[in-house]
Amino acid sequence: MVENMKRYSILERLGYERIEGFSEERKIITLISLFALMIITATISISRGVYDISVIDVYMIVLAHLSPYGDVSTINHLHNTIVWDLRVPRILLAITVGIALATAGAIFQGCFRNPLVEPYILGVSSGAAFGASLGIVFYQFFLSVQVSAFIFGSVAVALTYILARTRDETPIVTLILAGVIIGSVFSALVSIMKYISDDSALRGIVFWLMGGFYFASWKDVYLVTPIVVASFLVLWFLGWKLNILSMGDEEARTLGVNPEKYKLILVSIATLITSLAVSTVGIIAWVGLMMPHAARLILGPDNRFVIPAAAMLGGMYLIVCDTMARTLTSAEIPVGIITSILGAPYLFYLLRTRGRAIFG
Amino acid sequence: MSLMLNVKDLCFNYGNLPVFEGLSFNVEESELCGLFGPNGCGKTTLFKCCLKFLKFHRGSVTMDGIDISGHRIENMAKLVAYVPQEHKPPFPYLVKEVVLMGRTPHLRSVFGIRRKDKERALEALDVLDIVHLADQPYNQLSGGQRQMVLMARAIAQDTKIMLLDEPTSALDFSNQIRIWDIMRRLAKEGITILACSHDPNHVSWFCNKVVVMNRNGIVAEGSPHQVITEPILDEIYHRGICAVRNLGETRMVMPRNVAERKLDEISVENRIGIQYAMPIEGAGIR
Repeated sequence: MVENMKRYSILERLGYERIEGFSEERKIITLISLFALMIITATISISRGVYDISVIDVYMIVLAHLSPYGDVSTINHLHNTIVWDLRVPRILLAITVGIALATAGAIFQGCFRNPLVEPYILGVSSGAAFGASLGIVFYQFFLSVQVSAFIFGSVAVALTYILARTRDETPIVTLILAGVIIGSVFSALVSIMKYISDDSALRGIVFWLMGGFYFASWKDVYLVTPIVVASFLVLWFLGWKLNILSMGDEEARTLGVNPEKYKLILVSIATLITSLAVSTVGIIAWVGLMMPHAARLILGPDNRFVIPAAAMLGGMYLIVCDTMARTLTSAEIPVGIITSILGAPYLFYLLRTRGRAIFG
Repeated sequence: MSLMLNVKDLCFNYGNLPVFEGLSFNVEESELCGLFGPNGCGKTTLFKCCLKFLKFHRGSVTMDGIDISGHRIENMAKLVAYVPQEHKPPFPYLVKEVVLMGRTPHLRSVFGIRRKDKERALEALDVLDIVHLADQPYNQLSGGQRQMVLMARAIAQDTKIMLLDEPTSALDFSNQIRIWDIMRRLAKEGITILACSHDPNHVSWFCNKVVVMNRNGIVAEGSPHQVITEPILDEIYHRGICAVRNLGETRMVMPRNVAERKLDEISVENRIGIQYAMPIEGAGIR
């Protein structure tokens, strides 16, 4: 009891105002626990791997890099490469991509007022897939697969938006249908690329489509993580506005939130981070659809809590899936396969048990 | 008394389908004004024009002395609250969260929900006597309960003007009376209310002023006693649907075939002594 009182007072000292019947401490504490859990998951994941390095050695290496007095030169060179240049960036990238996809999923579901929407609904994934396959097949013309995937992913969403816009308005149904149309066009284009490519390029395309963190490097982390984290913070900040938007356009106007303006801002940022994630690691299914649901189950539908909770869960889920992908067999399993195999039963369970509460 | 809502020569059409033309009326400050008219005559469309959900083609709407065409959405929400007819969101927000959303126009930033806002939301729940619903998911309530929640949200919004689209349509009898009582109290506290209703008795019993419209525009405007009369009801509905009678001091609108129903060759109205209500001379008929 005393401990509880103390904890509340810390929250209140941070500017949180408590009122009977409206308490949000439980939710805030849950968020903090989720964050801690994500860090713990990452810490455990670093020590797992096919190459056998003792747990103590792993943490010594990480500590040596993190602490200002650490001396990296004394460490076994091979161990250092495996832990610091392979495992750590890979885990950081998994967290980043998890945050990106799960946050974008929460935003899309709120904006489109549909809990079954996922971040790929506007055609990002098909566009990026086409860009990637272009980059793989015609590697001499394209600087990098990643850049080309990012460009075409964004182009696909822009096309969807232009197609759906009529008389200064973008009705949600039209937007989703336009997304389906653009998506299928780009899927057809990907099929053409597969058809004309040689064996090794075909293998490359198929692997890219299944998604994975095999090539994760510090460069990817430096490039993607800051943008994703900054976007996540902006989107989190707009959480209450997203609540209002999810009530419907007219409701939003009544409550003083311009639906066209805020939907454009939210969807643009969500598309940016989705596109970044997809172009870096390929198409990873389910995270963007499932994590917001899981967050709503834990914390209720208020997006001020759903967005950060979904992001933490997304990061955690991808760490777990990717750790399984690289440790279950001696060869790597594409992480997209694992997210789907683990995710499908979970959504099925949700539908059967809590279906009415979540899907209305 | 100042003019709070002034609609002047308003025209609107959906594509080629005209909804109304040349509508004009005003509502004064602290007035509870009823908007009365048959189905499909454009009451909801009129509300949506006043709230800038729909762009009208001609005319002007002035609220609190300012033409709304120059208002930003954020400022509109501080001036006028709206209770829609029916609305169901896909996410199971709790009732208290939905009511708290009414505070949005007064929030400075996202995390700017202060104790004051939460208190105001709880007060609004208390006004409607639905505190027991506070922790239930809004989208699983009955239609009537949802209507009460939206009313609470509008109260929490703290605006000078409230527009209510059939606020009692899904409510049981006692809750209908309760909502009208609350609206009367709010009007007395200085809020200007425009509410549309399909029940002629409600508007004649509870409103300070009634605006009657049909497909051709405004039919009559004035105090309930002047406006809810047989000739006007005959004009907006088919002839011979309604009978207007006085029961003591109170005016009653009832179906004509009920009023004139005969039992043992004596009509109901003669039996219990209901008097025929004469239309007042020169009532506000246009």
